[in-house]
Amino acid sequence: MAHRLAPLPYDYAALEPFIDAQTMQLHHDKHHAAYVNNLNNALADYPDWQAHGVEDLVKNLEQVPEAIRAVVRNNAGGHLNHTMFWQSMAPSQTGEPTGAIAQAIANTFGSFDAFKQQFNEVGTKLFGSGWVWLVLTRDRTLRITTTPNQDSPLTQGETPLLGNDVWEHAYYLKYQNRRLEYLSAWWNVVNWDEVNRRFQVAHPNALA
Amino acid sequence: MAFEQPPLPFAKDALEPYGMKAETFDYHYGKHHKAYVDNLNKLVEGTDLANKSLEEVIKATYKDSSKQGVFNNAAQVWNHTFFWNSLKPGGGGAPTGELAERINKDFGSYDKFKEEFSNAAATQFGSGWAWLVDDNGTLKVTKTPNAVNPIAEGQKPLLTLDVWEHAYYIDFRNARPAFIANFLDKLVNWDFVAANLAA
Repeated sequence: MAHRLAPLPYDYAALEPFIDAQTMQLHHDKHHAAYVNNLNNALADYPDWQAHGVEDLVKNLEQVPEAIRAVVRNNAGGHLNHTMFWQSMAPSQTGEPTGAIAQAIANTFGSFDAFKQQFNEVGTKLFGSGWVWLVLTRDRTLRITTTPNQDSPLTQGETPLLGNDVWEHAYYLKYQNRRLEYLSAWWNVVNWDEVNRRFQVAHPNALA
Repeated sequence: MAFEQPPLPFAKDALEPYGMKAETFDYHYGKHHKAYVDNLNKLVEGTDLANKSLEEVIKATYKDSSKQGVFNNAAQVWNHTFFWNSLKPGGGGAPTGELAERINKDFGSYDKFKEEFSNAAATQFGSGWAWLVDDNGTLKVTKTPNAVNPIAEGQKPLLTLDVWEHAYYIDFRNARPAFIANFLDKLVNWDFVAANLAA
């Protein structure tokens, strides 16, 4: 069963003016599509590995045959990260978290504003291509972290709850070199219902 | 004595007939390269590194985790200056003279070199650089992630192509292979490569 690129859950223009339609189209139809194609090509000669989901692949990279490990790391990671990314955004959001995740963020970081500021700063400092994440650690605490390129926090045993793509392709057409402006604008399109859903799955005992 | 950003060796619109817009250089030279210079100067101000050459700073800070910011900015200052000089309006195609002989000797043919360089540039996953280097007398193609450059590895750089997305996104969008082909066919400054080889 080949991996497939799901359609975007909203129109290309749905996240305007924060993310422009052309960026969304290239990002989904070209960049994300390439990760899916490259992953399927890499797995073509490895039928035993074709039934594994992408989460499974990035969690168990050490067991993936060495000949395709780097390609799987990059492209299963790219497929998984982008699938999560599209679901983590939505049009017409309030820009403020709700529910259990809002409480957990306030408890961990002091306030939502302090959390955003820290997340933006970490994202600005990431050198080269990669992702900035809110993860749930093994001991179930919230943490801001980064991964280079298309690495997933799952490979290190951490559960990604929310991630922002800071590869230049994610923002260059609209924001060029101004990564901080992109990071700051992005909060307007974060889909906190989806983040709460992930949090609930990863940490069912957290109190709202 | 602060580190300085040398001027672009061509007008910012000189490569427009050859696939690269002035807008690319407004950002790439005017913002990205400049930011590396400014950041480097801030980071080394008042330290021993402020009085060293750029090459010395690169070698002194490579793989020193406490100096990673200095290394990244110093190497990116150097890499970009080297990249501008690797470009020439109407350049590219096969080189001639001694350089052509060296390429034939070490790669088999210009076409083989081109294939190897294109492959290195296309497969550098994420941000980074593709290089032609002189490695102890043998010409080689290499690729490096993020800011890493061949000086740090003890090789002599001869030619480079920037494959960070900011290098090609305005002109080529996601089509990195088209950017690479355009560079090899229309932009390579072989005079610069020959001078580096002779130096």
